[in-house]
Amino acid sequence: MFLTALYACLFYVMTLTLLIGVGLRVIRYARIPSPLVIPTTPAPITRSGVVARMTREVVFFESLFKGSKWTWLFGYLFHFGMLLVLLRHFRYFTQPVWYWVETLQWLGLYAAFAMTLGLAGLLARRFLVDRVRYISAPSDYLMLVLLLAIALSGLAMKYVWHTDIVALKAFMLGVMYFDWQPLPADPMLLIHLSLVLFLMLIFPFSKLLHAPGMFFSPTRNMRDNPREHRHVAPWAEKLGAEKLGAKQPGSAATSRAAD
Amino acid sequence: MAKQEFETPSLKKIPEIPPVRIGAMAHSKPFIAKAEHQEALGYPNELVNNWKQVALDKMEELLGKYRSLQVFMDTCVKCGSCTDKCHYFLGTADPKNMPVARQDLLRNVYRRYFTFAGKYFPKLVGAVDLTEEVVDEWYRYYHQCSECRRCSVYCPFGIDTAEVTMAGREILAAIGVGQKYSNEIIGKVFKIGNNLGLPEPALADTLEGLEEEIEEDIEVPVKLPLDQKGADVLLITPSADFFAEPHVDGLIGYAKVFHQAGISWTLSSHASEAANFGLFIGSYENMQKVAMRIREAALELGVKRIVVGECGHAWRVAYSFWNTLIGPFDFLDPNYPVPQHICEFTYDLIKRGALKLDPSANDDKVLTFHDSCNVSRASRMGDMPGGQFVIPRELIKASCNHFVDMAADTIGEATYCCGGGGGLLTDDLLELRVKGALPRVQALSEVIENHGVTHMAAICAICKSQFSKVLPHYGFGMDMIISVHQLIGDALVFDSTH
Ligand code: SF4
Ligand code: SF4
Repeated sequence: MFLTALYACLFYVMTLTLLIGVGLRVIRYARIPSPLVIPTTPAPITRSGVVARMTREVVFFESLFKGSKWTWLFGYLFHFGMLLVLLRHFRYFTQPVWYWVETLQWLGLYAAFAMTLGLAGLLARRFLVDRVRYISAPSDYLMLVLLLAIALSGLAMKYVWHTDIVALKAFMLGVMYFDWQPLPADPMLLIHLSLVLFLMLIFPFSKLLHAPGMFFSPTRNMRDNPREHRHVAPWAEKLGAEKLGAKQPGSAATSRAAD
Repeated sequence: MAKQEFETPSLKKIPEIPPVRIGAMAHSKPFIAKAEHQEALGYPNELVNNWKQVALDKMEELLGKYRSLQVFMDTCVKCGSCTDKCHYFLGTADPKNMPVARQDLLRNVYRRYFTFAGKYFPKLVGAVDLTEEVVDEWYRYYHQCSECRRCSVYCPFGIDTAEVTMAGREILAAIGVGQKYSNEIIGKVFKIGNNLGLPEPALADTLEGLEEEIEEDIEVPVKLPLDQKGADVLLITPSADFFAEPHVDGLIGYAKVFHQAGISWTLSSHASEAANFGLFIGSYENMQKVAMRIREAALELGVKRIVVGECGHAWRVAYSFWNTLIGPFDFLDPNYPVPQHICEFTYDLIKRGALKLDPSANDDKVLTFHDSCNVSRASRMGDMPGGQFVIPRELIKASCNHFVDMAADTIGEATYCCGGGGGLLTDDLLELRVKGALPRVQALSEVIENHGVTHMAAICAICKSQFSKVLPHYGFGMDMIISVHQLIGDALVFDSTH
């Protein structure tokens, strides 16, 4: 019972840390203006063009593909492998299991291997490429090791040390609906869960912030329209105002630096 | 010339990524600004006593003013995609010239003082204390970045090291450690109106001399008007165009185009400079102050349009920032883009059939084109994305018969900086400039070898000065580099119908 209570509480605390931590970061990013129009050009001129550009970045890792084919390959295997694995895990949180989650189950299995392979490739690059080794801090290695350990402990449960899936699911649903059920005390499961909880904890304090951060990158999300739209940040409005004449702020063609 | 104290990198059969050589460029350091250069820009005269606090306060201020800086400090995952993209790394092999490592100089301090992980686990995340050594490294390596944005193209999060470099330089200036070259020049613009400190009478003289020269050459009375009230177009051009080679031939080219198109135009002695070094030092205020002279001149002269001459970062500031800094331009003719690039202007005339060009006039040349970094990755021409690559090439093709592009991964959005941009075009950084030019010269040497290229055209005053200086180090002629509008000017056919 102690284990159940401990892990249930940890789930609550870590979920809150993750949500509040990332939320505060996102609010900060959203509040800071971009005083100048700085998309990396050629850049889209329209809003829908920007949506298309961001979509290509998120779905295909377009810039990374241009920059480094190996990193792209391993990074892609890892991220999309992990996405499928996560979706596969939905079967532990839904009752009855959603249809599309069921149809994904077989794919999720292959994805776990893709994810592991991708992580191993990224880790190898960190050791082997002298430039990447130079820029890596201990945390950069450890992050990959952590993710790798999560993937491997998951695979170990699937193929070697099975756990009581039915009881585990009851525990997860119990946590979600505040009706605690006993957690199976299998060591591999406890390791796997602990690592995931730790990942949730460090998310808002680490470079994992790249996930929300990329949507705020002004070089990618700004439109290339400075001649057509006047773009002024609130803190810059009073600068040079007397030389620009009184009608400067809020004149018809002026768009606030909100986007 | 004194004997050179460094080795010019050798050109290879195929471009190579060098193995890292730690500290290879640690000795490179431009002259520090003197008291008077700092003062004119509103910065302290020398290193302030409580520099550490001032630096951290400035960093905090910038993090709250620029979303780019805040997001870029947090999002880098050290993927390494940018590590082999900087011309200064490729030319020097110093790992601190890898874009991510350059950012890390600031990021490691940011982490130490502004993040949970860096405050409590500095070793783990590579956070470092702000010490005098760190400040010294900032000064050295933030003056080994030309703010060319090539790295930002290849970063999965669009992290633009130029933004970080600008922040780094602004913090340095705020504690009293500015760079002499840039700050001295900005001071001259404030005092006299241009980077060269060329006063009105000297400018008038120069322009008159050019008019005589043109008339002697082609027997057409092409004018270069100065401070002419009521002209249609105000031309803002880098002051190097007034006297430096090969820039001046570009200026002659613009004048011929205006003459032939029959459009009245003028230069301004109050705003006789397109360059805006306020960008280089990352100072919004100084950039705005420099640009303000142009608005004043346009109002004073009562022009309808503003056209900008060939200059890379100047075009970035004009195209991307003028409207923000010195707009709105509701006093100008809304039928034309404000500002308009001289290449857009000429291209428009050619498309309308207002200019007649005879490309055989340039038959003695085989051309290639160097895309300037700031034009390519920080601005646009025409009404579609990428027009900045199309329009200058169309101009070259309209004015000469032989044109070949350099390798695809060295032009367009992937173009390499000339090695002298971003406030580094100074003799105290010559070694850096020569080494930083390596990737461009490498690509140039390939088209020389394979296609018999004789000249490289450019649309940037810094590129032109830089190449005329560094090409000889690689065994090429300094006169290989020419202005796009020199080609136009030489190919223009004058007739009397205008
Ligand atoms: S902006 Fe250009 S010079 Fe600066 S780090 Fe990036 S690639 Fe290098
Ligand atoms: S490409 Fe971007 S995320 Fe990757 S190391 Fe460079 S700056 Fe960091």
